[in-house]
Amino acid sequence: MPGTISFRRKAVDRTMKALFCLAAILVILPLFLIFFDLLIKGGKELKLTLLIDLPHPVGEPGGGIANGIVGTLVITLMTMLWSVPTAVMCGIYLAEYGKGKFASAVRFAADTMTGVPSIIMGIFGYILLVLPMKRFSAWAGATALSMIFIPVVVRTTEEMLRTVPTTVREAALALGIARWKATLRITVRTAWPGILTGILLAMARIIGETAPLLFTALGNQFWQSHLDQPMAAVPLQVFTYAISPYEDWHDKAWAGALVLIAMVLVINIAARVITRQKR
Amino acid sequence: MARKTGGNIKDLLFERATGAFAFLVLFLAVLLFAVLLRESIPALRKFGASFLVTGTWDPVLEKFGALPFIYGTLVSSFLAILIAVPLSVGAAIFINEFAPPWMKTPVSFLAELLAAIPSVIYGLWGIFVLVPVLRDVLMKPVTKYLGWIPLFKGPVYGPSMLAAGVLLSIMIIPFILSVSREVLATVPQRQKEAVLSLGGTRWEMLRIVIGQHCIPGIFGATILGLGRALGETMAVTMVIGNRPEAILSLFQPGYSMAAVIANEFTEAVGDVYLSSLVLIGLILFAMTLAVNLAAKWILTKMVARASRGI
Repeated sequence: MPGTISFRRKAVDRTMKALFCLAAILVILPLFLIFFDLLIKGGKELKLTLLIDLPHPVGEPGGGIANGIVGTLVITLMTMLWSVPTAVMCGIYLAEYGKGKFASAVRFAADTMTGVPSIIMGIFGYILLVLPMKRFSAWAGATALSMIFIPVVVRTTEEMLRTVPTTVREAALALGIARWKATLRITVRTAWPGILTGILLAMARIIGETAPLLFTALGNQFWQSHLDQPMAAVPLQVFTYAISPYEDWHDKAWAGALVLIAMVLVINIAARVITRQKR
Repeated sequence: MARKTGGNIKDLLFERATGAFAFLVLFLAVLLFAVLLRESIPALRKFGASFLVTGTWDPVLEKFGALPFIYGTLVSSFLAILIAVPLSVGAAIFINEFAPPWMKTPVSFLAELLAAIPSVIYGLWGIFVLVPVLRDVLMKPVTKYLGWIPLFKGPVYGPSMLAAGVLLSIMIIPFILSVSREVLATVPQRQKEAVLSLGGTRWEMLRIVIGQHCIPGIFGATILGLGRALGETMAVTMVIGNRPEAILSLFQPGYSMAAVIANEFTEAVGDVYLSSLVLIGLILFAMTLAVNLAAKWILTKMVARASRGI
C-alpha cells in the first residue's frame, strides 16, 4: 500500500530532521556553557583590584593581573607596529602587481605560515632572539606573534583589494593619476574597511595566543618597562594560575579568562561593526 | 593591467617597495623552516629515523624518541574528528536546509564566536568543567562495566586522551561547520528541486544530493579540521594528562607533540634535549603542512568542479 510506504518515508524524514536539529544544538551548546562558567566563576573575582594590582603570592588575598593586561597591550602593539605595514604592503604587492612565480611563492609562503601551529612560532622566537640574547624578552614574544599576524593579514589584504572592481582602478588612471597614488588613495581606500576588519580579527587572535609566548615573553610577576626583559601577559597568567594547585589561583585564572575574553570580543565586535558599515 | 610608467620613477619605487615587503614575508617563511631544520640537526644526527619509532623519553640519559607524542597527537586528533565531523555536518545541513531564515545569521555568528575563544580559555574550562564531568559521568561508569576492553581500561584520573579529544572537537567544529556550509551551498538549486519534484522527501533529496556532490568537500573540511587539531597546544596540554607513554586506553593520560614542546622547552638543558624538542616541532610542522595542502587541493578541486556545474 502506498500509504504505509509514505508513512515510513515520512518517519525517516522526521527522524533525520530531528537529528540534524540535535547536532546544531550540540554544536552551539558548549559556547553557552563556556560563557556561563566564565561569567559565574570569573565574575566572582572581578574586582577593581584585579585590574589595577600586581599579582600577590599564594595565600595572600587580593592581587590582580594589571601587569599582564599592560603586558598584553604592549606586546600586541609591538607586534602590530611592524607587522601591519609589512602585511598590508605585501598584500598590495600580491593584489596589484603579483602575477609571476615570485608572487605565487609569496602566496604559498603566507598560506603555509597560516597553517603552522602557533607553538612552533614560539620555537622560532626562542631560537632567533632568546638564545642569542640569553634572556626571555617582550621582543621575542612580539616576534613570535608577528609570525602569526603577518600571513593572515597578507591574505585578507590581497582578498579585499581584489574585491575592488578593475573599473575603479581604470577610472582613476584615466583621470591621469599616477598609479601608485591611485593604488593608495583609491584602491586601498576603497578596500580599507575590509582590510581593517582583517587586521582587527588578527589582533584579536594574537591577544589570546598563549603558546608562542610561553618561552619567548615568558611572563613576569612584576611591572616591566624594559622590552628586552621577560614580560607578563594575560593568557600566560591564565595558564599559570589554571595549572597551579592553589584554589585562590584558580579563581584568578577564571577572572583573568573573563578579562581576556572581554578584550578579544570587544575587538571582534568592533571588526564586525566596521564590516557592517561598509555595506 | 599594463603599466605605462612614462618614466614615472615614483610608480617604480612604489612597486619595488611593496615587492620588498613581499620578499620579507617569503624570507620569514624560509627563515622559519631553516631555523627549525638547523636546530634539529643534533637530534637528527644522534637518533636518525629511529626518533619516530622510539618510545623512550629520558632527559637524564639523553635518550629521546617521539613515538608517544606522535601517537598522542594522532589519537586525540582522530578522536576529535570522529566527534566533530558528524556534529558539524549535521548542524550545517540543519542551518542550510531546515532552519528558518531568521535563525541563520545568529547561529553562524555563535559558531564564529566559538572560533574566537582563545585556546587557553578552552583549556581552563576543560580542566575545571569538562574533565570532572567526563570523569564522573562517562569514564567511571564505562570502566566499571567495560573496563576489560583495552580502550576503556582504568584507572580513571580525569585528564586523558578522551578529554583532549572531546575538547579538541569543540574547538575544530566551527571550522568544519563553516566549510561544510559552503560545500552544501555549492549544490545547484535545480538538482534539489528535481528530486523534490519527483516526490522525494527532504531527507531523500539531501541523501542523493550530498552523496553526489558533497562527499569530497566534506572530506576536505574534515582534513582542514584535522590540520587545526594536530597543532593545537594549550587546551590539549591542559587536559591530556602529560604522561609520555603510548597507551591504548582512551581513559588514561597521554601526551601530544605540541604539549611536550610547551611543557619542556624552557627546562630543556643540553643541546640534545632542546634539539629533540625542536625536531618534534619540525615533524609537527611537516604533518600540518601535508594535511593543509591535502585539504586545499581537495577543496580547490571541489570548487573547480562546482563552477563547471557538474
